[in-house]
Amino acid sequence: MIQLINTLLIGITAGSIYALMAIAIVLVWRSTRVINFAQAGMALLSTYFGYEAMVHLSSFWIALPVAMIGGAAVAAFIELVFMRFLLKRSAHGAISGVAPIIATLGLLGVIRALTSAIWGGQDVRIVGPVSNVGYSLGANTLAFSPLKLLILVTVIVLVFLLSLLFQKSNIGLSLRASAFSPEIARLSGIRVDGVRTLGWSLAGASGAVAGMFQTVNGNGSFSPDSIEFSLLLVSGFIAAVIGGLDSLIGAVIGGLVLGLVISFVLMYINSSLFFIAPFVILLIVLFIRPQGIIGAKAARRA
Amino acid sequence: MSLEVSQLTVHHGAIRAVNDVTFSVKKGELVAVIGSNGAGKTTLLRTLSGLNKASHGSATWNGHNLLHSKPELIVRHGVSHVSEGKAVIPELTVSENLELGAIWRKNKKESSVSKAEIISIFPRLGERLKQRADTLSGGERQMLAIGRALMSKPEILLLDEPSLGLAPLVVEQIFQTIRDLTTSMGLTVVLVEQNAMGALNIADNGIVLNLGKVAVTGTAKSLIADPQVRAAYLGY
Amino acid sequence: MHRFQKFNNLLLFIAFGFILFLLSNRVDELRVYQGASIAVYVIAISSIILLTGYSGQVSLGHGALLAIGAYSAAVMRNEFNVPIVLCLFIAVLAAAIGGVLLGSAAARLSGPYLAGVTLALAIGLPSLANQFSILGGEQGLIFDVGFPPLRLGEDFTQYKWFFWISSLAALISMWFLSNILRSRYGRNWRAGRSNEVAAQLAGINTGRSKILAFTISAGIAGLAGALLSMTIGTVSPSAFPLALSFSLLTGAVLSGVTTLSGVMIGAVTLVAIPEIADVIANRIGASERITTNLPGLMVSTLLIITVLFVPNGPVEQLRSGKAKKLVRKRIKSLPKPSMEGKI
Repeated sequence: MIQLINTLLIGITAGSIYALMAIAIVLVWRSTRVINFAQAGMALLSTYFGYEAMVHLSSFWIALPVAMIGGAAVAAFIELVFMRFLLKRSAHGAISGVAPIIATLGLLGVIRALTSAIWGGQDVRIVGPVSNVGYSLGANTLAFSPLKLLILVTVIVLVFLLSLLFQKSNIGLSLRASAFSPEIARLSGIRVDGVRTLGWSLAGASGAVAGMFQTVNGNGSFSPDSIEFSLLLVSGFIAAVIGGLDSLIGAVIGGLVLGLVISFVLMYINSSLFFIAPFVILLIVLFIRPQGIIGAKAARRA
Repeated sequence: MSLEVSQLTVHHGAIRAVNDVTFSVKKGELVAVIGSNGAGKTTLLRTLSGLNKASHGSATWNGHNLLHSKPELIVRHGVSHVSEGKAVIPELTVSENLELGAIWRKNKKESSVSKAEIISIFPRLGERLKQRADTLSGGERQMLAIGRALMSKPEILLLDEPSLGLAPLVVEQIFQTIRDLTTSMGLTVVLVEQNAMGALNIADNGIVLNLGKVAVTGTAKSLIADPQVRAAYLGY
Repeated sequence: MHRFQKFNNLLLFIAFGFILFLLSNRVDELRVYQGASIAVYVIAISSIILLTGYSGQVSLGHGALLAIGAYSAAVMRNEFNVPIVLCLFIAVLAAAIGGVLLGSAAARLSGPYLAGVTLALAIGLPSLANQFSILGGEQGLIFDVGFPPLRLGEDFTQYKWFFWISSLAALISMWFLSNILRSRYGRNWRAGRSNEVAAQLAGINTGRSKILAFTISAGIAGLAGALLSMTIGTVSPSAFPLALSFSLLTGAVLSGVTTLSGVMIGAVTLVAIPEIADVIANRIGASERITTNLPGLMVSTLLIITVLFVPNGPVEQLRSGKAKKLVRKRIKSLPKPSMEGKI
């Protein structure tokens, strides 16, 4: 029984981190119709910003916003300098569909190489602000700690704020309108390009939080070659696809589903099936619902 | 205040979709732009609102240059374009579609006043504020599109084939509403239409485009009376 | 497809083969090894050109298909001592079966969804090797193809043997691929890629066509995987990381993903870059960290530049440049239309 609860808790915590990553992917997809494979790389870079803040200022609570702002800035920069140019140039041609995918893969490689070159040799560690020792429930230790609680609460708050932004604010309306129909948005006076950059910035910030939490939730160390990074890379994307790529709620659900399934597979089936589990889940979900769990009907022929 | 278009030329690849077009529209005028398919009417409007790039010529509204500017900035000069095909965003609600039109205006109070005005012009929209735009009928969508354009308090309205795909009675309604808007709000309107008769009936002046060039201009009455125009576009 | 053209191609390939053979006798061991790697990359990249350039399906996980081929060949060799050529055939077959399965799952997906599935596969599949002891777990298996036959002489080193086998395999698969790409199947793929609905209306069963593309692409990739392991000597999960799949995609884009003609460009670049990076790093006296990351940085930057400026690849760019000039000349010589007196 306690094992079941622990499995659930681990899955939900990990899943909420994947959800943040998935949200980043969905935000970029909705505003630019591009799958940003470099998102995890940007999250990695942001985490390094957070690390530097930790080193110089010794406070996680400062490091987290620093990472978020850094992530937003990097994302905005990439959108302004890189994506606009790319999308203009690759509008035609045989590989116009896949060109952005490949370009972001290239970007991922560049970010990876650069971060490895700059920070590679150091033993980079980030320690969370609260302890990661599990609460006690009678004689058992729960796989739930103050840190995990913090992560969960932060993710819930962030998702809540994001949905408020999207549904209730003018900026949110601009974001949605620009995503659904850029031309009509322009004709309504919305600066669609600026809005798109905003979408990317939000994604960058979201990814930064995912990166920071992924690190402190694990053993505290991270690098471009670490397992945590590969996991972030793949899980964010897969969670977004499972959820349907078009809605933030879908991203959250996708993240939770992925987190829970991986957790259960690890605990009850076999730990070395860890890596193949995302593949199987993805296949199953897409087989039953090719548009993802909450996917919109139109967008599959991307 | 007027719309001055001079020697406007717009290319589609190697073809001149709009070829050396010159005309002017005074404030408060309702001008009908008619012509067959491919005459360049839509391209003309799209160029005036900034969606297409002109290769030659000039176009100004109230002295503001309309060419070489992004659409979202041209709106701020008082030019509102309702593009072809019921230009609403289906995934947003009626209310949100309307709000979209006024987003760029900073004053919140102003835009809520505007919404009330629009609803008084188009009561059907008022009944459906919370519904998604894709649940609306064709006529309602067209009204929503025009309503959205009106929310930005334009000085000149560019309408691209508002009657397309609508039932005759609805078309009548919409044309009447457009006429009323011009008269009551002092709005300037450039009305592009395939429905030449309906457009000329409510217009003050008319322009006939053929293969990108201006073929005839004149008052609406004179165009209706012109035998060549009648034969080519009015069907009798 | 003209018979003459087919024969011509065959001659070209054989001629190329002789040249390769002659070259391998005069060049040192490192170059021979690199030559073998180039041949392997040629095969792998061409499989991506078929899948992505012709059939329009993005695979981020070709590394997994290479792994299937490599493992099947190694297991056949180790457990049943099957002769090499047969091992290669089995590698192709096994990977092709993987391709059929993957293709069937993928036929309904497109764009990002397909990319996601293949990405997940690329990460998940190689680690399966840890599950089954017959696959050797983390350390993997040894893939020993033995020594070159004695009749080739004493000087014939093992690397030359590898080079020979891979080049021959490359020539054969290139010949096969170029023929199938020119055939009705190739046309079907391209039609499906440009506009699936239109292709279906024209009577093409796009679903089956896509699966076929995946199957053949996978088989070829399996061959490349087996040959890759042959040159390395072992098969293990670490030989097929995500980076491999990305490298292959990069190579395909560098070559020009829509045509087979440029495939050598990508292959040579991929093999040459680590060396160029070494030279650069030594020149500027860079630290160890920079040195290890320089190849990755160069490959990724090259990829970005290619996608931005030469998206169809150098060969296609040249061709279309010439074609555009020709069209422009023709348009200029056309009479101008007149619109006098019309309303």
